[in-house]
Amino acid sequence: MKSDIIISGVGGQGILSIAGITGLAALANNMYLKQSEVHGMSQRGGDVQSHFRLSDKPIASDLIPFGKADLIISIEPMEALRYLPWLSNSGWVVTNSVPVINIPNYPEVDRIIGEIKKVKNSIILDADTVAREAGSVKAGNVVILGAASPHIDIPFSDMEQAVETFFKKKGNDIVALNLKALRAGRKLSQNLK
Amino acid sequence: MNNKLLLGDEAIAQAALDAGLSGMFAYPGTPSTEIMEYIQASEQAAIRKVHRTWSANEKTAMEMALGMSYSGKRAMVAMKHVGLNVAADAFINSALTGVNGGLVVVSADDPSMHSSQNEQDSRFYAKFASVPCFEPSNQQEAYNMVFDAFEISEKYRLPVLYRITTRLAHSRAATQLRLPMEEKQLQLPQDPLQFVLLPVIARKKYRTLLETSETLRYENRLGKYNVFRDGKNREMGIIACGIAYNYLIENLKDRDDNFPILKITTYPVSTDTVKDITDRCHSVLVLEEGAPMIEESLRGVLDEGIRVYGRLDGTVPHDGELNPSIVAKSLGIGTPRGKHVSPLVKNRPPSFCKGCGHADMFNALNEAIGTYPDGRVFSDIGCYTLGALPPYNSIISCVDMGASVTMAVGAAEAGLFPSVCVIGDSTFTHSGMTGLLDAVIRNSPVTVIISDNSTTGMTGGQDSHATGRLREICKGIGVDAEHIREIVPLQKNHEDNVRIMQEEIRYNGVSVIIAARECIQTAAKRKKQSSNLA
Ligand SMILES: Cc1ncc(C[n+]2csc(CCOP(=O)(O)OP(=O)(O)O)c2C)c(N)n1
Repeated sequence: MKSDIIISGVGGQGILSIAGITGLAALANNMYLKQSEVHGMSQRGGDVQSHFRLSDKPIASDLIPFGKADLIISIEPMEALRYLPWLSNSGWVVTNSVPVINIPNYPEVDRIIGEIKKVKNSIILDADTVAREAGSVKAGNVVILGAASPHIDIPFSDMEQAVETFFKKKGNDIVALNLKALRAGRKLSQNLK
Repeated sequence: MNNKLLLGDEAIAQAALDAGLSGMFAYPGTPSTEIMEYIQASEQAAIRKVHRTWSANEKTAMEMALGMSYSGKRAMVAMKHVGLNVAADAFINSALTGVNGGLVVVSADDPSMHSSQNEQDSRFYAKFASVPCFEPSNQQEAYNMVFDAFEISEKYRLPVLYRITTRLAHSRAATQLRLPMEEKQLQLPQDPLQFVLLPVIARKKYRTLLETSETLRYENRLGKYNVFRDGKNREMGIIACGIAYNYLIENLKDRDDNFPILKITTYPVSTDTVKDITDRCHSVLVLEEGAPMIEESLRGVLDEGIRVYGRLDGTVPHDGELNPSIVAKSLGIGTPRGKHVSPLVKNRPPSFCKGCGHADMFNALNEAIGTYPDGRVFSDIGCYTLGALPPYNSIISCVDMGASVTMAVGAAEAGLFPSVCVIGDSTFTHSGMTGLLDAVIRNSPVTVIISDNSTTGMTGGQDSHATGRLREICKGIGVDAEHIREIVPLQKNHEDNVRIMQEEIRYNGVSVIIAARECIQTAAKRKKQSSNLA
């Protein structure tokens, strides 16, 4: 069993939290994992991505080869498109539909969404709205993770546990909010299927 | 057993702590920064009172570590690859003095220049200095090898170079930890002249160093990490160094090509080690992250020996970072590729944050210098280097830390007017101060703008040595107090700021303008922390 995942978004959107939560859940399942992060220059408002690899066997490369990713989890729609060369033919794209427009030449959002829909397996959702309903727009990243969770080989209860552990330091309210976001995301993507 | 999810950088830091480290010395630089940051946040380090304050630059870091080693304790230095250029004088000479307590120098290379000015390969520095070098391929090795690095350093009384690259530095994996060792006691060297590199002494020491570096080829603590795995294929063997080995295994794991494979993760490499491959195979493919160092030494100048494939013959691209797909291609293995990137996808170039003082400083400077068609603004390395891009187009250089001041002096002496420079506060205390002294001594007509955001912004907001000290430093260096001006780069002060800049540009001597406004990122972080405390 293996899941090779590209997590993408714009600096500051919380892709490292997605990786952190999934990492905790993977460790609880005694799986091997490698997670390559982007630090430094490209952080602020730039495009950021993380290669996240899970397996029941030891993992050699920190980077996912082209055409081998099982899943792209993106918190921003244009960023989902940026990593398509890595996606396998049978891979899934799970992405937020809400754009981060911080460049003057950002394309029309409808065309971006149209392009994502051309991928064989895609789930596109307005994570910001779902997160706002759960209590804070900041939990958009966790909504997306919830929506992607049916495609990651980790029991959902372990994902929930990982969310608890990950946010514990920030207090019970934040834990509750993020659990709500995770569950809402999951439910939505199961209904979309 | 204690299992922790660690970045390569963090694995090195944790290992150093577990190996009884007494002091960590560093100047920030991607991708090395997290080594010091991990130690600064570590409870273990706090309890043991491990020294862990940022240094002014990489040279002072290296020298303080050498002093700690002199006293018999274990020290580590960490920097990005170009930092080793700054520390090189101390580093190379420390190979001659030798060490007392174990001394490990971590240099983090950045092939493909994700956040750097060049992609130099630090392994050459180990060769240059004739010291051993470790190049771990994964997080567990990054952890384990630190213990051997300290042991080797103490056994041969040599500094040890620890080379990593961006992917290992910034990639996480579960790492098994060992039980922590005790810190070393203060113990001074027996030979009072050990660290005195007078020519008569240095000559002897150099001969000893050359002998030691030969012996090192057969040291098992190094050699055990260079692992040979035989295979039936006699057409081609493969040598893979450091992280390149992972990309190789990624490609070969489900195939039966049966290549004999030599994994190299320590240097110097012995002839016997390489012969495992070259005696068996008609050709050899060399995969190394960075420059073709092993490849070049296999080929030699004549290149008449065994057929070698690698970066020099184009089997692997000559520049840039490796990845599994590049390695697949070099092996002739076809790789599927997903869909092409749609032309809709646009780049998101880095830009100043909303509310950044550098931006308002450049707006004022552009106006102040706008009336002089020949005016040029030299600059330096930091967030403010973004002033080279539109809409500012303000600066014309970014070479190495501190070069803005001295290049402006040189250009002024060539007759350029106005000759202005922009330097960040941390860069100024790293390497700008000595250049300013040159300017003062020569009374150069230059205008030095220190864009002071009270932090080392580019690398994530580490403390800056300059904070609260800039005026006094400049005065102490000898800049006329009347020509040390302080401004606050805000839109509402624009007119005043332009006027002050123009006045100082017209002044026929050294002037310094300190444009001070706290970095918006660190200000936000500070507010968050203080509200958490409240
Ligand atoms: C010799 C060397 N050491 C470290 C670095 C990494 N580095 C680049 S910019 C920078 C920080 C500069 O801080 P400052 O001058 O205060 O400017 P800011 O980014 O805060 O605007 C550092 C540490 C480098 N490029 N070269």
